[in-house]
Formats: sequence, structure tokens, C-alpha cells
Amino acid sequence: MPAATRLGMVPDLGRWSAALSTILLLGAAPAPETPPHHPAKSGIDYASDDVRRMQADDFANPGMLWVAQGGKRWQEPAGNSGKSCAACHGDAAKAMKGVAARYPGVDAATSELLNLEGRINRCRKDQQAAEPLAYESEDLLALTAYVAHQSRGQPLQVSVDAAARPYFARGREIYYRRQGQMNLACTHCHEQNVGRKLLADTISEGHGNAYPIYRLEWQSAGSLHRRLRACYFGVRAEMPAAGSAELLDLELYLAWRARGLPVETPGVRR
Amino acid sequence: MAFMMGSRKRAVAGGVMLLSAAACATVSDNLVPYQISGDEIRAPLAALAGDAARGRDVLMGRDGNCLLCHAVPETGARFMGNLGPPLSGVGARLSAGQLRLRIVDPGRLNAESIMPSYYRMEGLARVAGVWQGKPVLTAQQIEDTVAYLQTLR
Ligand code: HEC
Ligand code: HEC
Ligand code: HEC
Repeated sequence: MPAATRLGMVPDLGRWSAALSTILLLGAAPAPETPPHHPAKSGIDYASDDVRRMQADDFANPGMLWVAQGGKRWQEPAGNSGKSCAACHGDAAKAMKGVAARYPGVDAATSELLNLEGRINRCRKDQQAAEPLAYESEDLLALTAYVAHQSRGQPLQVSVDAAARPYFARGREIYYRRQGQMNLACTHCHEQNVGRKLLADTISEGHGNAYPIYRLEWQSAGSLHRRLRACYFGVRAEMPAAGSAELLDLELYLAWRARGLPVETPGVRR
Repeated sequence: MAFMMGSRKRAVAGGVMLLSAAACATVSDNLVPYQISGDEIRAPLAALAGDAARGRDVLMGRDGNCLLCHAVPETGARFMGNLGPPLSGVGARLSAGQLRLRIVDPGRLNAESIMPSYYRMEGLARVAGVWQGKPVLTAQQIEDTVAYLQTLR
């Protein structure tokens, strides 16, 4: 155990307490264990053949419309800076390749946990001097889908280092807590009943590697947070807002569970 | 072992019950007390009589939504889940009292159960606003569902 070793090596008080708080942190969030579904299986593997075909064919996949829109937004100047995303980042295929596979992540400057939507809005605010885009707005969905799409096929590999640990620990706690009038936790469906039928739905392992997705039921694209809210709604629990700290923590925990799975954006789901 | 449920709510509601007209609404919006003996609740909730035809609607419709997790081939429904066991023949396997407890509060028999408690309000967290302060099903709906399940033999 690295923290204990460090404790033995540092005699002075300041570092002692630093080491102690590391231990306390580790106590709150034990070193990540391996989830039961490992290696992970993507949600698309539990989908029907027609949904799978739709996702696999870029011409049939309606999510590609949002990707295309995102490509346009990428080129457009915005805010008081008058700069486009492209003005700083250049060719997205090069600059954004592999980026989505590392999100959510802790922003070194602010210690905040940012998902891709949050990272994009950070650039809007700090780099473009523009208003942040509303969560679930067409523009934010499009830009997120476009940026994530540049990582298609790349394996998810979020960091759960010391800076991310507290967020990770909260996400894990949420995953295992019962909630709502149905009194169910994520684990009851996405760990304990994978492959079974909930009415007409086949329950998957509940990974976020294909988001934003096009969902047939929505007749629209939607973010991972929108999907998560639907799961809260299903158990009749209070729904945290899209972009809220709770859903960000959960997103980080889910991304860790899904590590190794390829980014599939834009996914298609029923 | 015998448990009394909902007595606090009942006491609060008692003040209103002087108006006998309000009694019906009180019975459906709050928990009436019941007694568990062994793995049964022997007496019908609030001494209500169940109606099997209405029970079928509760089980199939949005209120009970039992088909989310159970196959009940007798309903002829197109989609049925399988998180729980099929309920065919359950009326022969289990008594009315056993059925009642398994719907009212399955957590009493198995703390790990994933089946929701349909007539319990305490011990729940973060219940969405519209569902707060009421059980999933009313006492009448519980009795109707029990009556329907008893026909599955
Ligand atoms: C004025 C220059 C500028 C503009 C305009 C700009 N960005 Fe950025 N962007 C940056 C810089 C600089 C960073 C690195 C910041 C950091 O590491 O703190 C960055 C980082 C990012 C990252 C994270 C990359 C990583 O490796 O983690 C993403 C995603 C991103 N930008 C997307 C966008 C999008 C989408 C737009 C348009 C809406 C945009 N940016 C506009 C300068 C810009
Ligand atoms: C009562 C069962 C149930 C519970 C509890 C539940 N979900 Fe779901 N969830 C579903 C169903 C059904 C779907 C749609 C089919 C699928 O992909 O599993 C779904 C889909 C998802 C997806 C999208 C998977 C994909 O590939 O598109 C994610 C992510 C997810 N759930 C996460 C969660 C989280 C996190 C929780 C806890 C806050 C949760 N779910 C609670 C039933 C549930
Ligand atoms: C979220 C899934 C779920 C839902 C919804 C659900 N059940 Fe269940 N049910 C189960 C499971 C799982 C069991 C197995 C026993 C246990 O784990 O508690 C069960 C057991 C039962 C049993 C006992 C069956 C036996 O053979 O012993 C009855 C009766 C029953 N359920 C009736 C209902 C009724 C009526 C409804 C709707 C009002 C309902 N259930 C809704 C999951 C569910």
C-alpha cells in the first residue's frame, strides 16, 4: 500500500498530515476494484439487429446529422473573441483524436471535474468570450458529438488518480445506493440483471461509451445525462439536473467501469 | 412476530377522520395498519374486498407495472420482463395472505429484494415529488391485485 509506505518515510508534521489525509481519502475511496463485468461489453451488443445495423452505417445513423452540425459549429467564430474552435485547435481529426476517451477528468487549473460538455463550455467562456451553451441544446449536443466522434474506436481510459478520487468515490456511492419510490440502485439492473428483460428492454451493463446517442424513443440526439435522468425517472427518484455535480460524479464512475471499451459516438439506441 | 404499520400516519389522519366523508380518501392516501403473521398478512387491508378484473388492470397498467419484471402469460401481453419469476400458478402456490405480504412489502421477507414495496413509505430515499407521501398502490389496489393473482392457478 503506497500511502502506508509514504507515512513511514516522512517524519515532519506537515507531510505527516498530508499523508494522513491521503489515507483518509483512500479510506473513503478504496483503490478501485474490478467491476463484475470485465472486460466490459458495450450497450450496442445488447441492442436488436436493426439498431446495430443503423449505428454501424454512417449513412443510416441519424446521429451523424449532429456530428455534421458540430463540424459546422467548429468552424464558426463565436463570442467577443471572434474566434472559432478551428482557429485555435485546427483540424479536429488530429487535435481532438483520443480526447473524449480521457473525459470526464479533473481540470488542473480549477480542480473541477469536467466532462466533454463542460470542457467545451470552458473554451466558450475562457477562450471565445462567449456565453456557455445550455446543456442539451442542439449546439452543445452537436459540438460534443463532433468532438467525441474524433475518438471513435479509441479505448476509454479515464484517470482515477488522487485528484479524481473524491469524485470517483461519490460516483461509486451513488451507483450502489437505492433510491426512488421503486427503491432500486443502478447495480440492481446494470450489474445484477444484465441480459434480462425489463418489459421490452434488454438490460445492458449501462456504459456511456456511445454518447451522445441518437435515441429512437426521443427521435433526437441526447446526452448521457439525459439517459441517466431517464433511469432516475424510471425508479421514480428526484432527477438531478443535466450537468449537475451528481451526474458528473456518476459519469466518471461509469467511464471507469467502461474502461477499454471503444468510443462509439454517435451511438444509436431504441 | 407481528408488526404494526403506519400507525403514526394513522394517528395524524385521525384528527381529520371526525368527518366520516373524509375517511375513504384517508384510507387510500395513507397507510392503514396491518399485521404480519409468519410470512403472511392474513386480513385484507382495511377489510376491503378485492376485485380480480380490476386487479388485472392494476397489474398490467401503469399503476402496478408488474409486467416490467414478471411474465404473466394469462394476460396475453406482448412484452413481459423476467427480473422476477413468472407468476403463472402463483395463486395455487401461495395463499392470499402470502400474496398480500409479497406485494405490500417484499423487503420484509428478503432485505435484498429488488421488488419494490407497493405499500410502504418509510425507508425510501430521494423519492420524486409527485410520488412523495403515498404508497405505490392504494389498499384497494393491493386487494384487487391479490384477488387477480388468486385466479392464476
Ligand atoms: C482561443 C483559443 C481557443 C479556442 C477558440 C477554443 N479553444 Fe479549446 N482549448 C484551447 C486551449 C489553450 C486548450 C487547453 C486548455 C488547458 O489545457 O487548460 C483547449 C482545450 C480544449 C479541449 C480539451 C482538450 C484536451 O486534450 O483535454 C477541448 C475538447 C476543446 N478545447 C474544445 C474546444 C471547442 C469545441 C471549441 C469551440 C467551441 C474550442 N475548444 C475553442 C484553446 C481554444
Ligand atoms: C430498473 C432498472 C434500471 C435501473 C435501476 C437503472 N437503469 Fe439504467 N437502464 C435501464 C434500461 C432498461 C436501459 C436501456 C437498456 C440498456 O441499455 O440497458 C438503461 C440504460 C442505461 C444506460 C445507457 C446504456 C447504453 O448503452 O446506451 C446507462 C449509462 C445507464 N442506464 C445507467 C444507469 C445508472 C447510472 C443508474 C443508476 C443511477 C441506472 N442506469 C439505473 C434500466 C435501469
Ligand atoms: C423490479 C422488478 C419487480 C417488479 C416491478 C415486481 N416484482 Fe414481484 N418479484 C420480483 C422478484 C425479483 C421476485 C422474487 C422474490 C424476491 O426477490 O423478492 C418477485 C416475487 C414476486 C412474488 C412471489 C412469487 C413466488 O412465486 O414466490 C409475487 C406474488 C410478486 N412478485 C408479485 C408482483 C406484483 C403483483 C407486482 C406488481 C404490483 C410485482 N411483483 C412487481 C421483482 C419484481
